[in-house]
Amino acid sequence: MLTTKHTLVAMVTDKPGVLNRAASLFRRRGFNIDSITVGHSELPHISRMTIVVIGNSAMVEQVRKQLEKLVDVIKVADVTGATTIIRELALIKVNATSTTRSEIMQIVDIFRAKIVDVSSDSLIIEATGDEDKLSSFYNMLRGFGIKELARTGCVAMIRGGAKSAAIDKESLKDIQ
Amino acid sequence: MKKTGSQILCESLINEGVDTMFGILGGVVIPFYDTLPQYPQLKHILVAHEQGGAHAAEGYARATGKVGVCIATSGPGATNLVTGIADAYMDSVPLVAITGQVARSLIGKDAFQEIDITGITLPITKHNYLVTDTTSLAGIVKEAFFLARTGRPGPVLIDIPKDVLTGLAEFNYPDHVSLPGYKPKVQGHPAQINKAAKLINDSKKPLIIAGRGAIISESYNELKQLAETAQIPVITTLLGISSFPESHILSYGWLGMHGMAYANLAVEECDVMIAIGMRFDDRVTGKISGFAPNAKIIHIDVDPAEIGKNVRVDIPIVGDIKPILQNLNKAIEKQDHMDWISRMDQLRKEHPSINIRDTDCIIPQYVIRQIYESTQGNAIVVTGVGQHQMWAAQHFWFDKPNSLITSGGLGTMGYGLPAAMGAKVACPDENVWCIDGDGSFQMNIQELGTIARENIGVKIAILNNGFLGMVRQWQELFYQRRYVATPLSCPDFVKVAEAYNIPGITVKNKIDVIPSIKTAMEAEGPFLLNFIVEPEENVYPMVPAGASLSEVLEEPVKKVRCK
Repeated sequence: MLTTKHTLVAMVTDKPGVLNRAASLFRRRGFNIDSITVGHSELPHISRMTIVVIGNSAMVEQVRKQLEKLVDVIKVADVTGATTIIRELALIKVNATSTTRSEIMQIVDIFRAKIVDVSSDSLIIEATGDEDKLSSFYNMLRGFGIKELARTGCVAMIRGGAKSAAIDKESLKDIQ
Repeated sequence: MKKTGSQILCESLINEGVDTMFGILGGVVIPFYDTLPQYPQLKHILVAHEQGGAHAAEGYARATGKVGVCIATSGPGATNLVTGIADAYMDSVPLVAITGQVARSLIGKDAFQEIDITGITLPITKHNYLVTDTTSLAGIVKEAFFLARTGRPGPVLIDIPKDVLTGLAEFNYPDHVSLPGYKPKVQGHPAQINKAAKLINDSKKPLIIAGRGAIISESYNELKQLAETAQIPVITTLLGISSFPESHILSYGWLGMHGMAYANLAVEECDVMIAIGMRFDDRVTGKISGFAPNAKIIHIDVDPAEIGKNVRVDIPIVGDIKPILQNLNKAIEKQDHMDWISRMDQLRKEHPSINIRDTDCIIPQYVIRQIYESTQGNAIVVTGVGQHQMWAAQHFWFDKPNSLITSGGLGTMGYGLPAAMGAKVACPDENVWCIDGDGSFQMNIQELGTIARENIGVKIAILNNGFLGMVRQWQELFYQRRYVATPLSCPDFVKVAEAYNIPGITVKNKIDVIPSIKTAMEAEGPFLLNFIVEPEENVYPMVPAGASLSEVLEEPVKKVRCK
């Protein structure tokens, strides 16, 4: 079976240890996780996890079901596909001297990234995009010498009016 | 009026219908034990070791279907529960484990007997809780019992800091739980049920494999109706034994590594497999690529994550087994499957699998058959893990629903004695037999103390072959008889029992086997039988690890003499 990257969105109750539970599950069952991010969602007391997993469709379906089995996990959806917006943020600290600075600024413009800090020998660049864009941006900068790279991992949302991982609001009424 | 955390815990347990708990106290749970005399309806059985307490709670839960409860203090008390919790997790046993924790102000400080038991049990519990304030305790107990007993049952752990037990809060036992992420799906999808019915109605060689799920859901009648209506042969998994009467004309034993050869061979030949409440463990399937090569598989299970985990499934039906089978039975046509049944009978004739050879020695198979004959099958059999477990499963015939309690998934040696103790406490009117090996028995032998003190009338039969027998068998067959670390030096078990005031007999001659079993049965309380059996007897049939079920080895002609 074909091994590809899948993006899962999980809605989870905002309780201590929920990330630990998810991470422990992936480790124990040997699932190959590319990235995992957690943050607030539009619902109070509900967090949103985005998990990028590498595997064939049967394995990813197991990940989804095992994840959904966790009591703190309310809903998991595989949002992989063309209709999904996937974004990641990167901070890149790159060597920049007076001779290379303007060239770097041009590359930053092309990728619609942003310079957020300047010093005599470096720049910090903030870039957002999907994984491919950030990778090619990184490759363009590599020649100048990368001092530091920090990437957040992906967040994802499907296009249009529908929710990425819709949950029944009625079921949340007792959560505080 | 406000109540202490300990009182709230006791009253919550009573609200959940708890009558018996197995545990050991320690520093941080003294407040709870101090409160117990106020609640005489909560019976606490002091065990000798927390592992024994956890297995006893499992035995209690498996004999009754109710949630078993075990209690331990923080640190080593909690870690001693771990094997029992893991065992319950693997075999889907409803269990609530309550552990004490150091006071909240000490958590994270590596305090005396502090251990992160919620972290440790994360992968072996259905869910677990660290209670952070007395106010939330009642709600957590309610949730824990709800989680443990519904859907696919399993263990839930509640870790309670000492100052939560001594803290005060208003007590209002909640009447419902709010768990938006927990959906124990109950109804099977009608379209899937219809598809399954069509597949079964069109099949020529259907085969039912019933697992522990059929017992948990108490689907005995539904299973029988399905088998009888369409004349479908039934085989079970090890944990599914006693979901279907083994003397029934459609019963063809159990499958897997030490299952009946004819059951394993039938899996190869069937064209439709109806897997009910089982999870295709590797001990059941053998080499997965060679499993049921000619069959379309219908998989009925309450846990959606079991579908497609180990084998490809053609028609999954997720939900509670009992209503699914009821609906399936409505759509099943009467059939006779004469050719298939006679093929099954032929397989059984050609591969008898469980014949007991005639010899003057005491062979373990013979002992088990005699326990069966003497009790007329009217017993709950609890085993340890090893050769004796397989022989018990093979040579005792289980007709009585839910009459075999054994550690299947985790394969926990030392399970037998404490689990039998729990089963007998739960069902005092039943004959509870602990069939154990000399190795397995010694792993929780300390519970003889609990059995003696509480006068728990468990009958113990040790099949004493002086070896860690199952490993010795592997060494004999696959490691050129290099018996490294398998010969045991056992104490005189009868003397050990006597030290606890439990009567016992050592049986060395075949002629004494039947009378000794009768003596044990006639004794009022617990009784120990120490059968000195053939040391190098092997369990057959056997599917070697990694082989397909069709590569099953059958018993060679025996050459050993009595030793």
